[in-house]
Amino acid sequence: MARVELMDYEQALELFEPVIGLEVHVELNTETKMFSPAPNPANEKYHGAAPNTLVSPVCLGLPGSLPVVNGEAVEKSISLGLALGCSIAESSRFARKNYFYPDLAKNYQISQYDEPIAFDGEVEVELADGRTFQVPIERAHMEEDAGKLTHVGGATGRIQGAEYSLVDYNRAGVPLVEIVTRPIFGAEGDAPELAKAYVSTIRDIAISLGISEARMERGNLRCDANVSLRPRGAEQLGTRTETKNVNSFRSIERAVRYEIQRQAAILAKGGAITQETRHWHEDTGTTSPGRPKSDADDYRYFPEPDLVPVVPSPERVAELRDALPEPPAARRRRLKAEWSFTDLEFQDVVNGGLLNEVAATVAAGASPAAARKWWTGELTRLANASETDAASLASPEHVAELAALVEAGTLTDRLARQVLEGVVAGEGSPQQIVDARGLAVVSDDGALIAAIDEALAAQPDVLAKIRDGKVQAAGAVIGAVMKAMQGKADAARVRELVLERAAAAE
Amino acid sequence: MPEISAEQVAHLANLARIALTEEEIAHLTTELGQIMQAVEQVNQVATPDVPPTSHPIPMQNVFRADVVTDDVLSPEQALSGAPERDGDRFVVSAILGEEQ
Repeated sequence: MARVELMDYEQALELFEPVIGLEVHVELNTETKMFSPAPNPANEKYHGAAPNTLVSPVCLGLPGSLPVVNGEAVEKSISLGLALGCSIAESSRFARKNYFYPDLAKNYQISQYDEPIAFDGEVEVELADGRTFQVPIERAHMEEDAGKLTHVGGATGRIQGAEYSLVDYNRAGVPLVEIVTRPIFGAEGDAPELAKAYVSTIRDIAISLGISEARMERGNLRCDANVSLRPRGAEQLGTRTETKNVNSFRSIERAVRYEIQRQAAILAKGGAITQETRHWHEDTGTTSPGRPKSDADDYRYFPEPDLVPVVPSPERVAELRDALPEPPAARRRRLKAEWSFTDLEFQDVVNGGLLNEVAATVAAGASPAAARKWWTGELTRLANASETDAASLASPEHVAELAALVEAGTLTDRLARQVLEGVVAGEGSPQQIVDARGLAVVSDDGALIAAIDEALAAQPDVLAKIRDGKVQAAGAVIGAVMKAMQGKADAARVRELVLERAAAAE
Repeated sequence: MPEISAEQVAHLANLARIALTEEEIAHLTTELGQIMQAVEQVNQVATPDVPPTSHPIPMQNVFRADVVTDDVLSPEQALSGAPERDGDRFVVSAILGEEQ
């Protein structure tokens, strides 16, 4: 592959104005699928089911099967639309998007085209430094997810070079809401951060509504990022690319930044941007061309004849509007006050995309300070090391359990970090790992005293110094005891006991 | 008079991933043209005072409760019509395309 040239980011911004547009797919966590009574793998209960065990004749497009709309999915879609500040359609209908690809067995996806359930909204998105942007929403429409293909053969399992593909239709028919923004102007150099913050806001909204598990690493929340550049002063929008496969908050920011730099280098040389789909590669931090927009994009939408229009009652829409939770920006202001965090501490949490994790950890019983410490400290360090999101590494319940073990004196911070590594490695709950690995602090004073007496006997000069009041000399003994205990002792307690035993020694 | 061209038929065949010979394209162009003419008769009935509709019955809001039913298939049932399988998944030939 030809080496891709990138322009320096600052220089790219001097020459061009970036315009972004974002498409976010949210998988709803209903019990069943959008048009079929099969269990929904986007619901926590059915996550990770074996291939083709969550399918009905409708999911497979078997002859004679007919879709029926899941009323609950419609309500959740309306709630999401309302939370995005959208108007809800008086009448909404489904349409067939025709394409031949084996991820859907019936050769079309049931989606919405000219009459989406929600349209014309606006979402307040907050950047790390507290500035806010109003992101304009064009529409939010209901559709079904497609099945999952695994490409076999070829070097990397990517599409090109694949010899055949394996299909699991469990995901086919999962209820989706696709949220499409209007072009977003004026973000300038903050465009990559805004893209990330926007998706993070959508996630916060989905979680607060309880309509989706909203876990990016599971594909509950997926983002396609459209990026175009136009020369400074130009009116007309530039040609855009659509980057897909952006599966973490971190990637969204990196992918948008990368596209700005890549497109700027091409345009500055007098080249033209090809309107195409591009794939994001997490490992290399680059995008590569997918297929160009072509004849194959002729989807021949037409109204879905198997389904009748959805006409939400104004009364029900009003009820759902009244039931909306606090908007994310307002919630952040409230939590910051409740937790008594400094600006910096709170920003750490928000920038790390960890607000919900910290909130859930606090709800599970941890102190705000402990919750913040573990999420923005050790878990973030582990996440950075493995280039993933901290939120995907551990559950709030486990972190709260860990904090409780530290609080109770069962674990020192150092031991707790080892336990956390076990949690991340999937070895079980903190308590299970403490038991399995024998990591608990030796809180038995008898065992500690035995080790201390031994260490004092081995270092009579130190003992003499301590007895002379040179308390800092105790460090050598404490070190020896901690070593003998393999770190599984509370250093403060050991120090106390060392001083006691030294005083009591003959 | 609605018409369909050989190019349109070839385009549709391409979208449907069906390989057609020149003879088949010619044959289908004639047949599809006749079908379109038959459908066109409906347009003659549809006067401007008849609003377009996507559904013959005036119904709306037909919903299903969000409850799993016994319509769920076992993998054996699901795969029973598959030309080829690998474990509990369908095998399909590699297609140069992409997820939508």
